[in-house]
Amino acid sequence: MLNFTIRRLLMAIPTLLFIGLIIFLLLELAPGDPMAQVPLTVPPEVKEKMREALGLGEPTHIRFWKWLVQFFVVEPMYFLDNHFGTALAEGKQRVISWQTRSPVMDIVAQRIPQTLWVVGMSYVIGVLIALPIGIISAYRQYSWFDQVGTFISMIGFSVPTFFTGVLLIVIFSVMLGWFPSIYDTTLVVNSWSTFVMQVKQMVMPVFVLALYNAAQISRFMRASMLDNLNQDYVRTARAKGLSENVVVLVHVLRNSMIPVITVIALGVPQVFGGAIITEQVFKVNGLGQLLITAIYANDIPMVQTLTFIFAVLIVLFNLVADILYGILDPRIRYD
Amino acid sequence: MTDAVNQTARPPRNQWWDVWDQFKTHKGALLGAAFFVFIVLAVFLGPFIWTLDPTFIDIRARNQGPTLAHPFGTDQLGRDTFSRMLKGGQTSVAVGLTAMALSLVVGTAIGVLAGYFKRLDGLLMRFTDLFLALPLLPLLLVIILLFRDPLRALFGPETGIFILIVFVIGITSWMQTARIVRGDVLGLKEREFVLAAQSIGTPNRRMISRHILPNVMSPIMVSATLGIANAIITESALSFLGLGFPSDFPTWGRLLFDSTDYLQQYPERVMWPGLAISLTVLSVNYIGDGLRDALDPRIRGR
Repeated sequence: MLNFTIRRLLMAIPTLLFIGLIIFLLLELAPGDPMAQVPLTVPPEVKEKMREALGLGEPTHIRFWKWLVQFFVVEPMYFLDNHFGTALAEGKQRVISWQTRSPVMDIVAQRIPQTLWVVGMSYVIGVLIALPIGIISAYRQYSWFDQVGTFISMIGFSVPTFFTGVLLIVIFSVMLGWFPSIYDTTLVVNSWSTFVMQVKQMVMPVFVLALYNAAQISRFMRASMLDNLNQDYVRTARAKGLSENVVVLVHVLRNSMIPVITVIALGVPQVFGGAIITEQVFKVNGLGQLLITAIYANDIPMVQTLTFIFAVLIVLFNLVADILYGILDPRIRYD
Repeated sequence: MTDAVNQTARPPRNQWWDVWDQFKTHKGALLGAAFFVFIVLAVFLGPFIWTLDPTFIDIRARNQGPTLAHPFGTDQLGRDTFSRMLKGGQTSVAVGLTAMALSLVVGTAIGVLAGYFKRLDGLLMRFTDLFLALPLLPLLLVIILLFRDPLRALFGPETGIFILIVFVIGITSWMQTARIVRGDVLGLKEREFVLAAQSIGTPNRRMISRHILPNVMSPIMVSATLGIANAIITESALSFLGLGFPSDFPTWGRLLFDSTDYLQQYPERVMWPGLAISLTVLSVNYIGDGLRDALDPRIRGR
């Protein structure tokens, strides 16, 4: 197992490097000029200097190398410096956003809490709703609960989040006025009333994403439970006289959780990517919104770093899914 | 003995009739298929019946609710929402179908090549894994932003964006098809009929077209339905983020995006495009569900 993990970790390095290169080369083709905003009265040689100050003077491969060093060496050093008070990264160049001229990672760090709260919460809630629904649907196949459950999950799976979001805003913000339609990041939770405010503004985005995630996971859960419920070992367990609760919730559930857990792990990065739209609908200023504004503003270092962070998440959670699969299912041995 | 022979001696029947029989028993799928056919006919034939120009601006009739002259009302410039919905549906459905076709062609080709030729397997599957590890939505946004203007200049504003969006959705959604097809081809290669065909000297080209491809049709058809749903949603999402078609060229996603500006005053306006997208995707997903059941020989027998 350990060997496998190490091997997969080592394999992830070239994959990530290659993805980083693809993103870098794509952005290299960008037609936008970062100097477009500079007034025409600025003489060309000054413009050339400004361009070099942005790090644009060098050939492509050197800039890619510099970005790699900044992202993988300098940024972790800053992280350590901030947390342990060391001075490893003194005077080293960080990845700088062209929009704000401040380090990209600082802005990312500002945006992460909002995304984590909304997206993370919605994923947890989605999983918590999906598992019982999937279990009951499969156990009582073709009952009214199953019919309603599969229908709702089909709807949650088909209706795009940008429509559910807008629909909820129409109903609960415009018509009923219960929840605010815009997520207020400046809200500081320090009393009961601000806590209620925070909950109110989180309800709609969390619900939208949770519905979407729950729909997908409950379908997997139901299918996986159905596969296992007809197996011979279930009959054996029942024949031994085990109670129905033990049979379903211990024997069947544990076995059907194996594929579902990997699906849950694989879904995490997709949730971050898909949350771009929900963040846009509810004006949550998280990572997704940061990416959209950076794309509009032609802020290449920001786009590059954010896209790469998404890629790292995907590769990481693929690895987690593989390892979980090996741990949960003793029949699978990678070595 | 003879009785048994007589009973089973039915006229030979194409297996697709069996599939259709099973498909018919799935009510949701049947309903979904009917609705999808209705939508496709409505958006492609509807403009011949409802001849109002979707770009005609009648500023005096702006912001109207549903009337006889404008069954879905009019927008802020007095353009008829119903004809815009039809025109937008045309684009959305066309994008869905062509992007699905592109992703199926790429996915099937890579899947069959990887499954059939052992030499290519490792390389092609690495390639597929790499694509699966790409953050797709961010990349889609970046690609569209970068290539929007050059393609517009080359093919005109509408065709250029159409080609770009179809291409981009197609090349980012073929991976699942490729993996499923590869798995099936690997299994088929071990079967006796393939061995028999090989032993009479069938060349690889005919082997794939006559023996392998017809047998992987089922997973391909199921991914086709999922592909349509995915393509329609992705196109709408891009339009919704303002990175799709230009606003004078309606699609369902674009109409939804434009209507959100008037959410406070005219909340009913977001309903039409939203419902159209949702119901179309829902019907396509139901078709996919029904097809999956109908094409599964284990279920079909029952």
